[in-house]
Amino acid sequence: MKSRVLVVDDDPALAEMLTIVLRGEGFDTAVVGDGTRALPAVRELRPDVVLLDLMLPGMNGIDVCRAIRTESGVPIVMLTAKTDTVDIVLGLESGADDYVVKPFKPKELIARIRARVRRTETEPAEQLSIGDVTIDVPAHQVVRAGESIALTPLEFDLLVALARKPRQVFTREVLLEQVWGYRHAADTRLVNVHVQRLRSKVERDPEHPEVVLTVRGVGYKAGPP
Amino acid sequence: MIRRTVEQVRQLAAELAVAWGAIWRRSLQTRVVISTLALSTAVVLVLGFVIQTQIAGNILQAKLDDAQNQIESGAALLERELAGVDPNREGAQGELNNALDRLTNASASDAAGAPAAGAFRAVLATTAIGANSSVSAGPLEDVPADLRQSVADGARAVRYGTVDAAGTSVPTMMIGQPVRTANGDLEFYLLFPLDSEQRTLGLVQSTLIVGGLVLLLLLAGIASIITRQVVRPVRRAAEIAERFADGHLDERLPVQGDDELARLGDSYNEMAGSIQEQIRQLEEFGALQRRFTSDVSHELRTPLTTVRMAADVLYASRDQLLPALRRSSELLVTELDRFEALLGDLLEISRLDAGVAELGAERVDVQGVVLRAVEAVRGLADESGTPLQLDLPAGVYADVDSRRVERIVRNLVANAIDHSEARPVRIMLAADENAVAVLVRDHGVGLRPGEAGLVFNRFWRAEESRARRSGGTGLGLSIAVEDARLHGGWLQAWGEPGKGAAFRLTLPREVGGVLESSPLPLGPDGRDKNTQRGRPPGPVGTSVPTPPLGWAPVPPDGVAAAGGAR
Repeated sequence: MKSRVLVVDDDPALAEMLTIVLRGEGFDTAVVGDGTRALPAVRELRPDVVLLDLMLPGMNGIDVCRAIRTESGVPIVMLTAKTDTVDIVLGLESGADDYVVKPFKPKELIARIRARVRRTETEPAEQLSIGDVTIDVPAHQVVRAGESIALTPLEFDLLVALARKPRQVFTREVLLEQVWGYRHAADTRLVNVHVQRLRSKVERDPEHPEVVLTVRGVGYKAGPP
Repeated sequence: MIRRTVEQVRQLAAELAVAWGAIWRRSLQTRVVISTLALSTAVVLVLGFVIQTQIAGNILQAKLDDAQNQIESGAALLERELAGVDPNREGAQGELNNALDRLTNASASDAAGAPAAGAFRAVLATTAIGANSSVSAGPLEDVPADLRQSVADGARAVRYGTVDAAGTSVPTMMIGQPVRTANGDLEFYLLFPLDSEQRTLGLVQSTLIVGGLVLLLLLAGIASIITRQVVRPVRRAAEIAERFADGHLDERLPVQGDDELARLGDSYNEMAGSIQEQIRQLEEFGALQRRFTSDVSHELRTPLTTVRMAADVLYASRDQLLPALRRSSELLVTELDRFEALLGDLLEISRLDAGVAELGAERVDVQGVVLRAVEAVRGLADESGTPLQLDLPAGVYADVDSRRVERIVRNLVANAIDHSEARPVRIMLAADENAVAVLVRDHGVGLRPGEAGLVFNRFWRAEESRARRSGGTGLGLSIAVEDARLHGGWLQAWGEPGKGAAFRLTLPREVGGVLESSPLPLGPDGRDKNTQRGRPPGPVGTSVPTPPLGWAPVPPDGVAAAGGAR
């Protein structure tokens, strides 16, 4: 089955070009030119990845991102022309999993999208735990004290990566490779922001994390099981 | 022992003096109160002295007048009484005593009416100084000799002195006058004790002292209150100005009335207002610039993305194209790469120029950062066959913006590879307590005299520049300098024709740290020692270190940053 990509972009030329490239790579595509129509399109089409331009008429890309996140964990890759730290961090914080800075090369974009849809392979039955958090890997379920916690696929991957090797300290670069699929070093802010988002969901007190611990100057590791 | 004590006391005194000096300098109020106290003390002292002298003079004068009246009337009485007494006869003594008794009684009886000179003792004596047989009545021994001499000469005289009575000295006014009798003159003295006058004077004196002290205290209090009235608003103004300087731009002085202080407040507020306005405008410009940069960036990048993708699609299927079209698609892609890099650099430098670039500093292992930068240009080095020699110790931690440092090092290494002519490029990392340095040294064409200062100029290219493999935009080193500056660091160049060039990046290990020296020498060992010690750079043509481009605050010894590499 082909993976479906929803392109949310107001620039018709770029949208068309994206469609050409994505179809050439074997994706199904749908295009939405307006931010306000993005959420209905996500509901209707159930895409595997959303490709979201940050500057949109009607509704700002950041707001669209937030709106989608309130009801779906669908992977979101931002297209941004802004390289300022603030803009990128803001986009990531509003729920985007990854970002690509314009102008990008088609290969780069395809790599990012593939990294987001690749997790459809069947995984072995596996039960992991960090602290009082239990992770059922094949069921994609995270439970704390009997309560299920809703994580996006990316956050789930991040937590599983840490939980699988409880005593290992992961540098941001290693996490980028394992979770985001970057072969070369990339933006470590991705890791920082998503660790924050993950903590806000799984930690009792995000200020004093017990599940995802920071190892100063090195990276992160899972808390004691 | 004693010396030590003296030393301690002296030290204590010096400390007190310093503390006192500090109070004196810092508090206007203290200064005014103390000055007022000092001046009014002087005034009160002078005034008290004058008043006391005046009162004492008047009291004595009145006493003297009374005494003169008394002695005159007494003398008249005695002259009548003793007209027939012969002082040289037996029994004269009794006569004299009787006369004196009558005199004192008479004065006591009419004391109610006559202006009394107060209590007195009378003395009557025959004028026979030196004679053996002298007759006298009353305490003649209390009369001093010089007074008797004057009276014996036939004149009235006054003396002041003390008389011992019952063991205490009593100040006494003594007045004497000759009394003529038929058989010769008698000496008549009246002794007025002045103790009551002295008491009066003492009372006046203590009243003056108490009054003076109270007056001084009141004056000090008044001065303090009045100065406070002036000083309080001034202090408040100072506090508010300090808060303003700390960035609370909305702080204003409360203004009441129309007096000078109100004017001060008004003009201060006006000044604060215009400063705030200026700052707001600057901020607006900054925000405008930021938005413009961001807009341009977006507007340019979106079509560029489309073009880029289209070119890549063409390029991917170039095998199916005619040779001319194939070559065209290749050119299109490579030139798009350049265009992209140029656009990126331009936007970056305009952001740096606008001062909106932020330093995202965090504690990182610099080795990792440098390694990433080297890996990024490894392909370039392999293409040109340039060996890269790394000398990168691990565990060098510093608070830096790893993205920017990586970009600087990448630019330096790419630049070195471009000019190395396939000779080895050496990359070194070193650190000391305050700074961390990365040196990139090549042995290529080098730099000609004067060029070391030009390499950081935008779009500057050496005349003999070989083909650029990295397709540099001409902005790489300019951006690197700005990035170093953002860290408060230095980026310096050295070069000699045929001997190669060296670029050294020196960064403080902590944000806000001030660089004084670099852990690595810039040029070939010997030469750089000159500059390390702060001496002027060597003769032009051998070594031309550029000025430290970090805007580190001007060093205290006044050697400006332009004084050469240090």
